[in-house]
Amino acid sequence: MTALDTPPTALNVGRTRLRKEDARLVTGRTQWTDNLQLNGMLHVALVRSPMAHARVTNVDVSAALEQPGVVAAFTGADLVSNWEGGLPCAWPVTEDMAAPVHLPLATDEVRHVGDAVAVVVARSKYQAADAIEHVLVDYDPLPVVTDMEAALADGADLADTSLSSNRSYTWQKIDGDIDAAFDGAAHVTTRRFIQQRLIPLAIETRSVVCEPPTHSREYTLWSATQVPHILRLMLALTCGVPEHELRVVAPDVGGGFGSKLNVYAEEAICLVLARHLGVPVKWTESRSEGFLSTIHGRDQIQDLSIAFDADNRIKGLKVELMANMGAYLQLVTPGVPILGAFMFNAIYKMDALSFTCHGVFTNKTPTDAYRGAGRPEATFGIERLIDEAAHELGVEPFELRERNWIKHEEFPYDTVAGITYDSGNYEAATAKAKELFDYDGLRAEQARRREADDPVQLGIGISTFTEMCGLAPSRVLGSLSYGAGGWEHASVRMLPTGKVEVITGTSPHGQGHVTAWSQIAADQLGVDYEDVEVRHGDTAVAHKGMDTYGSRSLVVGGYAVVSACDKVVAKARKVAAHLLEASEDDLEFDRGTFSVKGSPDATTTIQDVALAVFAAHDYPEDMEPSLDSDATVDPENFSYPHGTHLCAVEVDTETGHVHLRSYVAVDDIGKVINPQIVEGQVHGGLAQGIAQALFEEAVYDADGNLTTGSIIDYYAPSAADLPTFVTDRTETPATTNPLGVKGVGEAGTIASTPAVINAVVDALRPMGVNDVRMPASPRNVWEAMRSARDASATGRSELGAREGGAA
Amino acid sequence: MIPATFDYIRAGSVDEAVAALVEHGDEAKLLAGGHSLLPLMKLRLAAPEVIIDLGRVDDLRGVRDGGEHLAIGAMTTHDAVIKDPLVQEHCGVLADVTRTVGDAQVRHRGTIGGAIAHGDAASDLPPLLLALDGTVVVQGPDGRRNIRAADLFVDYLETSIREDEVLVEVRVPKLVGQWGWHYEKFGRVAQAWAIVGSCALIKGSNGTIEDARVGLTHMGTTPLRASATEATLRGASTDAIAAAAEQAAEGTSPPSDLNATPEFREHLARVLTRRALTAAAG
Repeated sequence: MTALDTPPTALNVGRTRLRKEDARLVTGRTQWTDNLQLNGMLHVALVRSPMAHARVTNVDVSAALEQPGVVAAFTGADLVSNWEGGLPCAWPVTEDMAAPVHLPLATDEVRHVGDAVAVVVARSKYQAADAIEHVLVDYDPLPVVTDMEAALADGADLADTSLSSNRSYTWQKIDGDIDAAFDGAAHVTTRRFIQQRLIPLAIETRSVVCEPPTHSREYTLWSATQVPHILRLMLALTCGVPEHELRVVAPDVGGGFGSKLNVYAEEAICLVLARHLGVPVKWTESRSEGFLSTIHGRDQIQDLSIAFDADNRIKGLKVELMANMGAYLQLVTPGVPILGAFMFNAIYKMDALSFTCHGVFTNKTPTDAYRGAGRPEATFGIERLIDEAAHELGVEPFELRERNWIKHEEFPYDTVAGITYDSGNYEAATAKAKELFDYDGLRAEQARRREADDPVQLGIGISTFTEMCGLAPSRVLGSLSYGAGGWEHASVRMLPTGKVEVITGTSPHGQGHVTAWSQIAADQLGVDYEDVEVRHGDTAVAHKGMDTYGSRSLVVGGYAVVSACDKVVAKARKVAAHLLEASEDDLEFDRGTFSVKGSPDATTTIQDVALAVFAAHDYPEDMEPSLDSDATVDPENFSYPHGTHLCAVEVDTETGHVHLRSYVAVDDIGKVINPQIVEGQVHGGLAQGIAQALFEEAVYDADGNLTTGSIIDYYAPSAADLPTFVTDRTETPATTNPLGVKGVGEAGTIASTPAVINAVVDALRPMGVNDVRMPASPRNVWEAMRSARDASATGRSELGAREGGAA
Repeated sequence: MIPATFDYIRAGSVDEAVAALVEHGDEAKLLAGGHSLLPLMKLRLAAPEVIIDLGRVDDLRGVRDGGEHLAIGAMTTHDAVIKDPLVQEHCGVLADVTRTVGDAQVRHRGTIGGAIAHGDAASDLPPLLLALDGTVVVQGPDGRRNIRAADLFVDYLETSIREDEVLVEVRVPKLVGQWGWHYEKFGRVAQAWAIVGSCALIKGSNGTIEDARVGLTHMGTTPLRASATEATLRGASTDAIAAAAEQAAEGTSPPSDLNATPEFREHLARVLTRRALTAAAG
């Protein structure tokens, strides 16, 4: 962005500002939950089931109580009277959705490896860790359900004996005449894609500290959470602590990616233990423990069909999903896959869309929102399907996309799924990406390598994605049976010295809200960037908020900051007019200074006004002596980032190894507040999406054991495994918020997975490969090549047999 | 990730370490760099009651010229091996393979003796020691003895070092003559154990191979050599490499895990051995 693009009054917005948070974070001067030390604090360790499904016939904590340092130990039965129901699921997607009662500590049945059955409290975390080995639990094994298709079959074993089937729900939405779309189709492409299960890897594992009332009736619960406000409400309901007597604090939180968008057993258990024991307690998860007890992501089987007319225009799309809930429904587990109902059509125009999703219980760790939450799965499905269709139709994949995408002059566009994309320019992002990528040059190299039968083949992958984020407006969420709204709150306080406090209901855990919100408030109020402090993540400070997830914080929370600032300025204008003895209409406001039109000497600053209001010696009669303002905003629409991502891979056809050669990401996220923060979000997002494509998978064996039970077996990529990303932007402002911004937190993850897999398949297409199971590890690539070779050999021999063996 | 309780003994000398081993028997474990032992303890897959730390036994660090061989103290870190002038001059393959071990932190803490005594078939150094016909020196209550690499690796994470013995020295021959070498370490990410590795050394001139050694990583319960490939190449021309590499998986019994079936490992061993030999013959 050049300086000319920036309005002269915008001294901060649109410019890179080094993050205010970073000096503290990178030097470790932080307050992670696990760093908290309180007087008399005890340490909690959980006894977790080693079996995926079993009846618990006896739990004996007596030997554990004899261990050094042990203060208390409880079974599920001991604590059961504390729960006012189970852990919450806030998204009952259908009226008849099956939702098993999810107690924080299981009593009579365990339903996944890691399900907790007892808790030990000791003076040190080491003593607690040793003592849990002395809790004796008798398990009576029950049949284990791991496979979704088998789970839905008649007479299937049950993942939960309290339910009558493994189906949680079937949710369906049909837009347009889907039968007509397919009946008259000139071509139909059908595929099954597997979204493997993933484990979110926030750098900080989960941690909880709870302090019982000291000087008041208030409990304080610190948690490494993305959602302190939601947690406060839900814990109050789950544990019977009145909401006004519970303060929840999310101190420094080291990433979440959705895994900390939840209400977890350990949070409820620590609250109940603090209440029962009357002393502070702490629980901190180990990495391997987190692999079992923190939510997983993805895990879908996607059956997709797309119908085209003779001009290669999309007529209709049928989507049938099986979505693995795992053993329980966590906060938004059932709702994650149904976001696909609005996203499978992506950037394309079509007459009809049929979407059906079956939520399935298995004896695995529950799934829930993981960076992108429903949109990566949908984007993968449609972008892979378009490439497959292009291959079958014999057209260039870009040509097929262009023929079907929404043209920039067609915005705002009402999609087949019934939502309105406010803005976008797919042509511009694509043109820029192709140029940066040297698309034509790479296609030529690909042709040369194919011609030369090079053992290392080149593949080019395309992803022209869009997504919906900033989950709002509240009315739409209500229509989807979501348990809450999509609004956000901000307060802006002008202090007597002219400094500013911004209180936000968003809850950053690495995103840099303190910096970005400071930039916004500084420009709106005309104060210095360094004169703004942003407070967040503590329900005693930010009393109202909907927290941070779904790329919502800037588009909704940033909007609230703007609104609150506007109110401050409006009040200040009134005071300034009073002090300058001028009409409000005659005042101009520029960079913090009010001046009277035509009287250049008659000026005052917003800081002077703040001091005057503090003194309150002289202010307008029809207002209170305060500039402080609150705003709660509920946007009229989601935001729809989009972009074109291009990936080149070199596939070693002898070993199956995939080398990422180059990656170009051109994102359109509307206006940008801080380009460097955006760059960081895009890089991290790409790494996480590429991780799904090439590296990561949570693998269970048939007995429901997590085979990838530690970070040794779960292949998360490091910087050394990734190319130098080429990133750029086009800028088509959102029209539904005053900043013109769209979300960027998930875009890279949503876009990159199909780009990489399309590239891998493209490299191997001449060998007859039409799909590679994710992650595209050497083993999976090698097996895809081998089965294509076997299929072609079988095809040849069948052909030969028909032709009398001449082949 | 908290290990079970253990007692800690800091050995001031090899004699002290041996005495502690004699006293505590199979309840004790020697701690070298700790990069295999400590993760196992944190996962509670290992729970030794006594840890005998060799970290302050300074005699066990450093590289000595032993005439026809180099004698490397067991507690010499990987990083020190890589940077050692004697290693670079006389056994460059050791420096090159060691460079692929773990990441920078592992190489600064992990030791050559620890990596070999752990006996992990998926580890990079054991098959190299085997291919080099190296030797380890161990010290027990009755003094020192040498164990040839061929006799060292017995089974999965099991060596012929006795419970009361300390590995004190690793001996590798000086490579004399026209040797070329290359290690093909194949993995999914930049820093991990090899799914399969093949380390080839070729001695020869004018396209004729005098001697060929191939060490295979992660192709069985122990490190292995591709003996059939080696035999085919001795005295042959470099043109024979491709055909000889086809024999690389003979006599192996590779494990099955998430990264590879036995069949895929055998395939990889052939491809990687061909590439390693071709590069070594360079």
